[in-house]
Amino acid sequence: MEYKRLTLLCGHYGSGKTNIAVNMALDLRRRCERVAVADLDIVNPYFRTKDSSDDFSHAGIRLICSEFANSNLDIPAMPQDLYAITDDKSLHVIIDVGGDDRGAYALGRIAPDVIKENDYEMLMVINGYRPLTPDAPSTVEVMREIEAACGIRFTGLINNSNLGADTTEQTVLDSVGYAKSVEKAAGIPLVMTAVKESLYPGLRDKIPDLFPLRLQKNIISENN
Amino acid sequence: MADKVLMKGNEAIAEAAILAGCRHYFGYPITPQTEVAAYMAKRMPKIGGTFLQAESEIAAINMVYGVASAGYRVMTSSSSPGISLKGEGLSYLAGADLPALVVNVQRGGPGLGGIQPSQSDYFQATRGGGHGDYHMIVLAPASVQEMAELTVKGFELADKYRMTSMILADGTMGQMMEPVALDLDIKPAPEKPWATRGTGMKRPHNIINSLSLVPEELEQLNLERYERYHIVEENETRFEEYMMDDAEICIAAFGIAARVSKNAINAARKEGIKVGMIRPITLWPFPKAPFLKATEHVKTFISVELSMGQMIEDVRLATECRAPVLLCNRVGGMIPSPDQVLDSIRKASKNGGND
Repeated sequence: MEYKRLTLLCGHYGSGKTNIAVNMALDLRRRCERVAVADLDIVNPYFRTKDSSDDFSHAGIRLICSEFANSNLDIPAMPQDLYAITDDKSLHVIIDVGGDDRGAYALGRIAPDVIKENDYEMLMVINGYRPLTPDAPSTVEVMREIEAACGIRFTGLINNSNLGADTTEQTVLDSVGYAKSVEKAAGIPLVMTAVKESLYPGLRDKIPDLFPLRLQKNIISENN
Repeated sequence: MADKVLMKGNEAIAEAAILAGCRHYFGYPITPQTEVAAYMAKRMPKIGGTFLQAESEIAAINMVYGVASAGYRVMTSSSSPGISLKGEGLSYLAGADLPALVVNVQRGGPGLGGIQPSQSDYFQATRGGGHGDYHMIVLAPASVQEMAELTVKGFELADKYRMTSMILADGTMGQMMEPVALDLDIKPAPEKPWATRGTGMKRPHNIINSLSLVPEELEQLNLERYERYHIVEENETRFEEYMMDDAEICIAAFGIAARVSKNAINAARKEGIKVGMIRPITLWPFPKAPFLKATEHVKTFISVELSMGQMIEDVRLATECRAPVLLCNRVGGMIPSPDQVLDSIRKASKNGGND
């Protein structure tokens, strides 16, 4: 995938935005010098990009994040260096936005500058195995709610359909039709399909624009 | 695409409640259970149900009292501090013998505490939660699938015994995502001739009340209620045994602690240590019988908990002090690691219960 200066990741909560943001940032860092991840989640106090702060500092990626993220102080707070996203044009930024329309409200603050600069992709992360987005109409409904909340139109889709630990190659292959139907109904292109990295070799030749994800570790092992 | 969906534990509770016929939800947001309310807010208006964010937890539980009186399946959910606020209402529900489902996705305490997982409301849940002599049926899921299944079971048991069922989960169970099959075993709600749903001018009106000023009558009500509780203890106790056949060490754990313990047991078995687990699924009624039976071959019990040691008291009572019961715990929002549990197992194996 060719990156614009700003990559905004939005979607239904639990669709996998944060995992994709972390992996995209590491991917982007291999191509450009100055990379940042911006965590704009004001909804969920758990599963934040800050969980990967060690990986980021090791890779030389700047983390733009509320100092209260992961502090257990459960309040919706924006990063103090929020405006670096739009002011520092030398940065390439992956922006991890909170789930649903409620999370997307946080984008409203920078939306005018994002649109004015016009060097962005806004990508909707979709998972057809989530109960409230099982088909194109329900997924597009969430999409339109997010657009209305933040004031920016989506430019593309990322298919991240998965069943957690139960995900097999077939799980991903079965979701291709879903992703295509969302693509058609939403009128924007599918830019990539994300899979956990163990499935990448087997699917690489079957699905175009496949993106491998390194997932964060669980305290309990899979299938227990 | 598939017969499973990927759900958060909180979502699984909400969807299972809807599938079980619950059309009335009253709540108030609190981390880590807010997704239950958020899910209900999205779904209920689309299916002709009621989602209402009350002005407080106290208001929400009293709305539950109202709908339960009318004989409909109804629920509320909260997390630890919010459940304390509901305490009075829980007692009134019991005093009026009303069926309802209450969900507690626990967080670290006491007080306002934190937002990370905990199991330190065990005493509160299994000993009633509010004032007076009463019990709730307390169900402890250990997977997102069980969050769904026990929600359905909770409604069923609540209706059957005219009691409150409580889902006692924790922040991890609420937040974790796992695949779930939603083809749940759902039985329709029974007839409720006691409900205040209109007389149709065909019968005297029903009264739902927890006030009883004549001590002889109030005593009688309590005695009858406890006869019903006795039947629940006889018929509805649930547990899972894991590698218990030859176990010399027995872990007692529920919810997330049981999931972590399973990892530790698998590792200990590879070292040749004979360890198993009894996982209570109902915390009230507590599965006393399997623990007592286990004392025939178990030399040491270990209670693994996200509390300062609450269930351990029930394990000691159930085992009649025939073997030592050790505690392996973390508190304040911390979770015991598989390695910590494994260390406890190794120590018990070496010392035979001498801490």
